[in-house]
Amino acid sequence: MSGWLSVRAIAIVALLLALVLLPVHVELGGSRFLLTLFTRIIILALAAVSLNLILGYGGMMSFGHAAYLGIGGYAVGILAHEGVFTGFIQWPVALAASALFALVIGALSLRTRGVYFIMITLAFAQMAYYVVAGLARYGGDDGLTIYKRSQFIAPIDLSNKVQFYYICLALLFGSMYLVRRIVNSRFGLAIQGARSNDTRMRAIGFPTYRYKLVCFVIAGTLCGLSGALIANHTDFVSPAMMYWTRSGDLIIMVVLGGMGSTFGPLVGAVALLVLEEVLSSITEYWQIILGPLLLLVVLFARGGIDGLLGKVRHG
Amino acid sequence: MADLLRVENLAKRFGGIVATDDLVLNIPEGELHAVIGPNGAGKTTLIAQLSGQLTPDSGRIHFAGSDITAEPMYARSALGLARSFQITSLFLDLSVLDNVALAVQARAGHSFHFWHNARREPELRDPARTALARVGLSARADLPASALSHGEHRQLELAMALASRPRMLLLDEPMAGLGPEESARMVTMLRELKKELTILLVEHDMEAVFALADRITVLVYGRVIASGKPEDIRNNAQVRDAYLGEQEAVHA
Amino acid sequence: MTLFIEQCLNGLQFGLLLFLLAAGLTLVFGIMDLVNLAHGSLYMLGAYFAATFAAWTGSFVFGVVLALGATLMVGMVVEVVAMRRLYGRDHLDHVLGTFGLILFFDELVRLVWGPEGLTLPLPSWLNTSVPILPGVDYSAYKLSIIVVTLAVAAFLYVLVMRTRIGMLIRAGASNREMVGALGVNIKLLYTLVFGLGAALAGLAGLMQAPILTVQIGMGENILILAFVITVIGGIGSIRGALVAAIFVGFIDTLGRAFFPDLLRMVLSPAAASTAAPALSSMLIYLLMAVVLVVKPEGLFSASGK
Repeated sequence: MSGWLSVRAIAIVALLLALVLLPVHVELGGSRFLLTLFTRIIILALAAVSLNLILGYGGMMSFGHAAYLGIGGYAVGILAHEGVFTGFIQWPVALAASALFALVIGALSLRTRGVYFIMITLAFAQMAYYVVAGLARYGGDDGLTIYKRSQFIAPIDLSNKVQFYYICLALLFGSMYLVRRIVNSRFGLAIQGARSNDTRMRAIGFPTYRYKLVCFVIAGTLCGLSGALIANHTDFVSPAMMYWTRSGDLIIMVVLGGMGSTFGPLVGAVALLVLEEVLSSITEYWQIILGPLLLLVVLFARGGIDGLLGKVRHG
Repeated sequence: MADLLRVENLAKRFGGIVATDDLVLNIPEGELHAVIGPNGAGKTTLIAQLSGQLTPDSGRIHFAGSDITAEPMYARSALGLARSFQITSLFLDLSVLDNVALAVQARAGHSFHFWHNARREPELRDPARTALARVGLSARADLPASALSHGEHRQLELAMALASRPRMLLLDEPMAGLGPEESARMVTMLRELKKELTILLVEHDMEAVFALADRITVLVYGRVIASGKPEDIRNNAQVRDAYLGEQEAVHA
Repeated sequence: MTLFIEQCLNGLQFGLLLFLLAAGLTLVFGIMDLVNLAHGSLYMLGAYFAATFAAWTGSFVFGVVLALGATLMVGMVVEVVAMRRLYGRDHLDHVLGTFGLILFFDELVRLVWGPEGLTLPLPSWLNTSVPILPGVDYSAYKLSIIVVTLAVAAFLYVLVMRTRIGMLIRAGASNREMVGALGVNIKLLYTLVFGLGAALAGLAGLMQAPILTVQIGMGENILILAFVITVIGGIGSIRGALVAAIFVGFIDTLGRAFFPDLLRMVLSPAAASTAAPALSSMLIYLLMAVVLVVKPEGLFSASGK
């Protein structure tokens, strides 16, 4: 492992340490806002980790990944609205609903490839958005306020901000480890083979459709978890959290951080969301900077931040 | 002697063009059978139908006693019918060893194993390394496949075919684009392979075909115009008129 | 019955409008192999330009003509500055790059025109109804949209199937090198095709402007519908786009108008009114799902791509 002292490794270790120590900084008098911001970043990083599994490793260009954020979130929100507060029901329902949606959408959209796949996942996610926006009982367009966070047994209290932060961070690290295990397993190699050359995979005897579908469902389920966390973080769910531009944000995070790497999605999420904060503190019209910046990254720095750090090491 | 591959009255047309015309072909176990013919004779279309990439309009394909006409590509491969590609078709962004290990993995049951590191499983890696050693690529195992030369890609193709332990190998122009030295090495390797496998070889390099083949089938416009031992084919007047004469004229 | 005829015409009008958008998308896909998410931004710009120019000149017609020219120009500039560099890249790059363009255009519009949105009032000669059948009146403006879009569809057909440019377009779709080898300036051709697509999107936007409010993000929802149409019709097929667009226009419009009533026959009124908005917005996606199951490459796929 010669990479241990590379710039990339040092940067990642520093980032992880900073994330672990952030609540300490806040307790010692740092800004409370930082804790809220980074809880959000960590939750969206978890969503990006799940997208990276299908996009970075599986080469499946899903443009509908935010749908699971909404489905996971609404599972929690709707159950809370109906008086079911226990997380032991809410969270499994959030995961199961996301898995089911991924199964149906994946089964249909994996029949196609390339541009079709992008457009179909986008369209189905947008369908989910309209359906949710049409749920008048649960607030429709205006969304749904959650008055009580998910309840778990005694020491776990999601309304304690520091505790919630660490729970999110633990779930993020857990998912990163899970994805790492998956991509290096037989299943993961089959998925990467299908990304690299699907025809050849089928020619040597892999029914790739099944593997890709299972991968698609795993990613959707994991993203549903992120949705359940967001609902608890903001105490509110609305169709806006699953609008298609949010799917775009997730793709940006994955690409910005470097596709198909373990820490890439986390790095990308931190980079994008911190950049948004910084730009929006400079000007109200910050997207007028972010948009062209994104285009420039696509044109000139396709390897993302991970690629740039890698270059520093080699250069 | 039992035929491993039996093709009955296979036909395929694309619009008005007849690519395969009532084709009959029987290949017994252990034979290296070459299919030759001028460009557009339907050789690649034949391989595509045998491997399951294309569905024939009519006719049947039997392999190892079962009718595989309607089976998808991956199922044929699982039965032991492997193909290599005319245009090298590898996993370019994976390592050379990963390429071969995937071929091993394909034969090792389903791949719904999510936890153990497949790059550390001896039952996948060892056979892969053995296959790489047999084609002389051991030293290149850890490079990405994209870093290999054209000739080495062909060797890698062969290693993958070997690693998948097929009963029969469909080889589509393995010599295409190789230099004389690389071609000679490929012929040596195929001679080794034919001791263990049944092979259907589509090839333009007549020298290689006549050096390797047990039997040869000549296709013209999707039809079999002759089939037999190399010396019979060489002396067949019809073949000379339709094909070989023209070939020699080109070579001269 | 009157209502039904009116809704059918609305469906046709909406479908044809969607066709303008989908035709541009599918041309750019088919010929440059480019996924352009920012197509909806051009639709939005068309509407903003029309509202602004109509207010300046005091004339609806001048406003429309100027807006059309302006969208064409913006399209060509975008092609030269950004899109050209994206050809030949993978689709993920297209998606990200054009997503960046959407952010840029949305914010630019907010900067220039403010966040409130504009209106484009119709001139009195269009703001009337005309009798189309004995006892059935229909909006003159919507009727003129139908006429204009049909004319554009005919123009596109002639352009693609009967002219030298069209031949190049069709050849470029199948064989880029060949067209280049013929000595055709392929860069210019692509700029023109992209500009044409932009102008079509702009036309759709400005025609929709008097019916809906002109606002930021107006292009995004309709872009998704254009995607659905492209998927149903088959990428690269103008004919497929036309058929699919009319289908989608009908189903969406009639679904929203009559599906709640249908539902009320099966469900209790309360349940029906809760479920109807959600379910009727699903209809076109269900149509897409059915097409995907039956023909994954779309109904009129131009190529196997």
